Amino acid sequence: MKLIIAIIKPYKLEEVRDALAAIGVQGMTIAEVRGFGRQRGQTEIYRGAEYTTSFVPKVRLDIAVTADLAPKVLETIQQTASTGSIGDGKLFVLDIAQAVRIRTGEQNDDAI
Amino acid sequence: MTRTTCFRASLGALAALAPSLFFPAMAQAAAAAEVPALSGGDTAWMLTSTVLVLAMILPGLALFYGGLVRAKNLLSVLTQVLGVACVALLVWFVWGYSLAFSDGNAFVGGTGKLFLSGITGDTLSGTIPELLFISFQSTFAAITAALVVGALVERVKFTAILLFTPLWLTLVYAPIAHQVWGGGIIAEWGAIDFAGGTVVHINAGIAGVVGVLFAGKRIGFLKEMIPPHSLGLTLIGASLLWVGWFGFNGGSALAADGAAAFAMINTLACPAAAVLTWLLAERIVSGKPSLLGGASGAIAGLVGITPAAGSVGVMGAIALGFVSALGAYWFVASLKNKLKLDDSLDVFGIHGVAGIIGSVGTGILAAPFFGGLGGDDYALGAQTWIQIKAVLFAIAWSAVGSAIVWAIVKYTVGLRVTEDGEREGLDITDHGERAYNL
Repeated sequence: MKLIIAIIKPYKLEEVRDALAAIGVQGMTIAEVRGFGRQRGQTEIYRGAEYTTSFVPKVRLDIAVTADLAPKVLETIQQTASTGSIGDGKLFVLDIAQAVRIRTGEQNDDAI
Repeated sequence: MTRTTCFRASLGALAALAPSLFFPAMAQAAAAAEVPALSGGDTAWMLTSTVLVLAMILPGLALFYGGLVRAKNLLSVLTQVLGVACVALLVWFVWGYSLAFSDGNAFVGGTGKLFLSGITGDTLSGTIPELLFISFQSTFAAITAALVVGALVERVKFTAILLFTPLWLTLVYAPIAHQVWGGGIIAEWGAIDFAGGTVVHINAGIAGVVGVLFAGKRIGFLKEMIPPHSLGLTLIGASLLWVGWFGFNGGSALAADGAAAFAMINTLACPAAAVLTWLLAERIVSGKPSLLGGASGAIAGLVGITPAAGSVGVMGAIALGFVSALGAYWFVASLKNKLKLDDSLDVFGIHGVAGIIGSVGTGILAAPFFGGLGGDDYALGAQTWIQIKAVLFAIAWSAVGSAIVWAIVKYTVGLRVTEDGEREGLDITDHGERAYNL
């Protein structure tokens, strides 16, 4: 089992969700987050007072999948969320030690 | 005819020198020869104007300011504007009106109309009931005091603002209103101030800046981000100010006549030019024309036309909008940051600067050469010098008087909330509530 953490541009969320549902991903958890990478911040100007925001809004997706589906998920997100410009985001993959479905008590791959 | 109306917007001395300068001057001069009578048309328009000016404050100015502060201080700003307006209305009825518009000396009116004594529903002021004139003027006192709040938001206590209001109206606003509109020294010079360039806008701007000198800047000023929390609210507020301004300027004709029509068309033309000027300046300087810039331009244009509304032509109003917006933009976007002056919502930067430009510009643009209504014998140089003198005198009176008032407030109830309270936000600290419980 793999946990895939995807940081993407907020407006790409629906497109990524639909693409992942199409390849069989059963669920995900998302959060609105802020951060910076190579994109750095944005500049806002109010009556001449210039503010550089160091953190840019992004969406973070946590997706738990079986190990054999993971490469397909990575490829799909990478292709769907890419615009080719700076600030498209990142993907991280972690191993999951154990998974449990709360309602039934099912374990691991069955729980995903 | 009562003395008060002769001097409001159409100054007796000036009217004698240049009878064609103002429509109301002519109307009132004609009325003076006959027995003054109530005009239903004038009264209807002034009733309407009075309500329009109240809407400029509540909710116009409150929302304009409210959108510009951080979410944690929204209710504080709204409550301060509400509280100041109500204190000002009561002060005006009890003693402010008398100090501004009853017979006195060159600097301040007398005590003859304290508690509005002797005024009944039948007492006339020109062609309208005096009670209506008092009501109209009370909204001017209220908005001027409420404007000052903008310089000091996000750090100054509610109680301090409430104590400031009656003291300042007594020592500063009522005397300047008397000097300009009540037959005092500036009226004697013959200065033109149709709807309050000196009395309202320069005065509020100076009181705000002096207040900042006493209160100091906000924690984090020029170090942390202090962005506006809701520019949508700010645009609603600015738009209500614009709509209400037709009562402010149009009502200053004190009649439903040609002067009111001139004030109305100029109050459309000048802000429109000012909005576009501000947006263009931003496009050139920073690359992006902003909504806040547009709203700021509208206010700068409205302020700029205020003293001039009844004496410049429409083309003059457009020119005044251009210059008012450029001046205010330069001040708030450039000079203010160099001065490290935390006039938080730019009360001086917009109202003070555009008020000065409008008041001096009136002297120039009232000339027939620029399409103004000054008449063939208009003395451009002499009138402009009078305008400059009036501006300097108003600045000096306001600065000294405001300093006295802010000092009294600072050393009695104190000006600022605690440092922790300021970081937490004045909504919780001063009022025990939050604007947004999401």
